[in-house]
This record gives sequence, C-alpha cells and structure tokens, in this order.
Amino acid sequence: MLVLEGVSRRFGTKLAVDAISLEFGGGGFVGVIGRSGAGKSTLLRMINRLVEPSAGRILHEGVDVTALKGAELRAWRARCAMIFQQFNLVGRLDVLTNVLMGRLNKVSTARAVLKLWSDDDKALALAALEQFGIANIAAQRAESLSGGQQQRVAIARALVQEPDLILADEPVASLDPRNTRVVMDALRRVNKHFGISVVCNLHSLDLAREYCDRLVGIAHGRLVFDDVPAALTDSIARELYGLEADDVIEAPAAAPLPAGVAVAAA
Amino acid sequence: MMRAYAQAVSARRARVMLGAAILLVLIAMSARTSEVDLAVFFARIGSVGDYFDRLLRLDNGQRVWTDLGEWFWGLGRWSRLLFDTLLIAYLGTFLGAIGGFCLCFVAAENLTKSRGLRFAARRFLEACRTVPEIVFALIFVVAFGLGALPGVLAIMIHTVGAMGKLFAEVVENIDMNPVEGATAAGASWTQTVRFAALPQVLPNFASYALLRFEINVRGAAVMGFVGAGGIGQDLVESIRKFHYADVSAILLIIIATVMVIDLLTERLRHRLIGAAR
Ligand SMILES: Nc1ncnc2c1ncn2[C@@H]1O[C@H](COP(=O)(O)OP(=O)(O)O)[C@@H](O)[C@H]1O
Ligand SMILES: [Mg+2]
Repeated sequence: MLVLEGVSRRFGTKLAVDAISLEFGGGGFVGVIGRSGAGKSTLLRMINRLVEPSAGRILHEGVDVTALKGAELRAWRARCAMIFQQFNLVGRLDVLTNVLMGRLNKVSTARAVLKLWSDDDKALALAALEQFGIANIAAQRAESLSGGQQQRVAIARALVQEPDLILADEPVASLDPRNTRVVMDALRRVNKHFGISVVCNLHSLDLAREYCDRLVGIAHGRLVFDDVPAALTDSIARELYGLEADDVIEAPAAAPLPAGVAVAAA
Repeated sequence: MMRAYAQAVSARRARVMLGAAILLVLIAMSARTSEVDLAVFFARIGSVGDYFDRLLRLDNGQRVWTDLGEWFWGLGRWSRLLFDTLLIAYLGTFLGAIGGFCLCFVAAENLTKSRGLRFAARRFLEACRTVPEIVFALIFVVAFGLGALPGVLAIMIHTVGAMGKLFAEVVENIDMNPVEGATAAGASWTQTVRFAALPQVLPNFASYALLRFEINVRGAAVMGFVGAGGIGQDLVESIRKFHYADVSAILLIIIATVMVIDLLTERLRHRLIGAAR
C-alpha cells in the first residue's frame, strides 16, 4: 500500500502539485486524469523520486520513501517501475539488453558493466517479451522499432523489475489508435495477470473509463476527484478539463477494435 | 520605413568600422610589444630563401634529388626513430583517451549533479591541456631521464585534458530520456553511464580519439627536441649541426607519414560517424 500525505511540489513560484493525499495499491488499475499542466507527471515522478517533493511524505508499507538515499532509493525505484510517453529506451542497444536494464538494480555493477547477465535474467527478459508477443525482435536495435513495439519493450523492462507498482506517464500519448490499444492491453495484462498495481496518467477520458477501475482527477495541482469511473459525470469532467473539455469528452478516440484483432495486427 | 532601414544600415556600418579600427590598433600594439620590425623582416627574407635553397643541396653542392641514396642515407635509422615517434603518439593517445574517458562523465553537467565534483574534474582537465606538452616533456625528462617514457607521459597528460573536454561536450549533448529510463529503473550512476550514455557517445569518442592521434603524431615528432624520444632528436641535431640535406630528408619523411595517417584516420572516422547515423 502506497500512501501520499499532503505531497506538494513547487517549481519557482508555481505550485505544480498542491498538498495531495491519496492511497494506491492493492492490485488496482488507477487512472490519473486532468488537463495538461495539471500536475499529473509531477505527481508520478515524485513517487519514483525523479522529482523531489517540496513538502509531504510518501509511505510505502509504512516506510517513508521520500527519505530514502543511495542503494535504498535505487531499490525503491526498482519496486515502482516507470513507463514514459517517449518510451525512454536506449535506441542503440538491442531489445533484450533494454529489457535486461530492468534487472540492473539486482546485479552487481561489475557484472552489469561487462554485460555478464545470468541465464536466469536472460530467460526472464525473454519471457517478458514473449508476454507481449515480441520475443522475435529481441536482437533488433530498439531504435528500429515502431512506437507500439518500443512501449511494449518498456513494459517488459518494467515487468522484469518485479515491481510492486507500475507508474505509467501518458504511455500512449505518442501512439496511433491501434498501438494505443495494444499498449493499454499490455498494461491491463500486467495488472490482471501479475497482480501489479498500475497508476496511469491518461489524457483521454474514453481510455480512462475503459481500462481503469478507479479515477483520480487533478486540476491545478489539487485533487478534485477520486472515485470509480462511473461516478465521473460530464459536469465533473468539464470542471476537470476546462476549455479542453469538448476535445476530451467527445474525442472520437480509437475505434474500439476487439483486443484479439489489435494484437494480431501489431 | 526607408529612413529606419537606412539608419539600421548605417548603424551596422559604424559598428563594423569600429571593429576594424580596434583590430588595427590591437595588431599595431602586439607588433610593438613583440618587436616585429617590418624593415628587419624584409631585409632578412632573402636569407630564409637562402636556407631553403641549402636544404635542397647535398654536401657536394648538387641538388638533393640527383642522388636519392645519398639524400636518404639514414633511412633505416630514421625509420626506426619514426616508429618510436608513432609508438609514443599511439601510447600517449591511448592512455590519454582512457583518462579523458573516465573524467568526462564526471565533468558533464547532465550526469554529475555535484557541483564540487564537476568543478574539480573540469579544473583538472583544464590544467592538463593548458600546459603545452613540450613543457611536460621537459619536466619529465628531468625526472625520468632521456627516452620515450617522458614523451608518452607528456602526450598522455595533454591528451587527457584535450579529450576530456571534448568528450564531456559530447556527453552533454546526449538524449537524456534513456538516462531517465535507467535511473527510474533503479540503476546506479555507473550502470546508467554504461547503459544509457555510453552507447550514445562511443562512435563520437572513437572519432575524436583518431583525430587526436593524428595531432599527437605531430606533437610526438618534436618530443625529441627536449630528449623525450623519437625522430625529433635527429631532426634537431641536424638543424643545429647544419646538415641541410638531412633536415629536408627527415622533414619529408615526417610530412609523408602524417599525410598517410591523416588519410587513414579520416577514412576510419567517416565510417564511424556513418555507423552512428
Ligand atoms: N522541471 C520543471 N520546471 C519548471 N516547471 C515545471 C517543471 N515540470 C513541470 N513544471 C510545471 O508544473 C506544472 C505541472 O506540470 P506536469 O506535472 O508536467 O503536468 P501534466 O503532466 O499534468 O501535464 C506545469 O505548469 C509545468 O509547467
Ligand atoms: Mg505530463
């Protein structure tokens, strides 16, 4: 269980996240929604400690992760894997090595620097790729892949971290509608099949309603909504998104393909 | 409109004129302090021509190319010395590149957050490259005695400084997304450098190292002037003892070698950069 207690982050005079208190975990799929600039990315990045909170505490199973340093901090980062909008793979390295980077926290630096991966780690990485139907591209350079493939590689990397939690920051914002579904289905699979909690920033309300079992709404850095998707009325959505509301609510998002077709086509 | 344009143009012209005036004054000042005297320059220019004329004559007064065997009488010895020079350059470049490689990541702003560490690394690199290598060579000759070792050390230290700075600049231009990805996965600093930064910079590093090797061959050719090994030792002796034909022969060998190395390294560098794309 992850508990946020009055977490804030200030950039200069701008309060990007304003005293947010929340509880995550327990194997749920939580969507974080709000207009761009609302503070969604900052919130997720504070949990992984890519951004330091200006105030407040984040507790994981009673441990204050905002106070962690050095090796303990790195171990915590491995336990809350991040997925990024731009995938953040190493383009020049092959796919399997990119996935194996998810094991870095568990291997000695000397072995890692020489790329002496254990057979177990390699098998684990291949199995993770297999989960998303892309084991056949293990030897390709990451930069040669399509966006949808790259994001699935990133999810495989997250999976081999054996995390308690996956934080996905707009994982489908750079993808076309078809790949959007492939990647969201991959995240759902991680959530349902492996029981890993997912917290996912999403811009599209349709996707949020479809994939998440809980939605957290943020506006101007403040928590303004926290409930099941069914409870999100149009008027609340309008309040959340302001002027962007019409785009988001009526957006003819990806024509919902049957999941099987989407995967086969990819 | 027209007037505004004319004003802008004349303002620009005034700035150019001012710049040119300042440049002229500076040239005159530097000429005075370094005692450049045009009269002396023109009076002596003839003797420079004289010297070049003598460079191309054998001891018997004939032109050098009339007897190649006599001109290059020392080819065996010079080749051996030149090989020493290349080895000095190679070792100096290799060891210096390793040093620069280790320090460049510490000196790069995007990877090293500690200001103190970065400051220390940068000042050290600066010190290494500010002192000319021939000065280091002189110091090391006193410390270690005559031979190739002082030459290698001198070139190595200068190379650490020069390459460390170039490498750090390459590192500062990398795409930071992979670095973020590795950090977020719990990788240590060393692991992050190894996996997220290194693959992005390696082709450029290799290319710069080759370029530096070519520069270092030229640097190593004069190491012998101060007794730090290689062909320079014979060159300076020939100059001092007025063995004109020997001077031109040695110079020619050095120039030919540098040209060949230049050609080879340039090919390799193009391949490296091509592979990086
Ligand atoms: N590194 C930063 N420096 C300065 N301001 C930032 C930085 N990161 C985010 N912000 C500001 O904080 C606010 C929230 O940003 P962000 O968390 O990225 O929002 P979202 O992900 O919801 O679009 C924005 O106003 C943004 O300009
Ligand atoms: Mg964002």
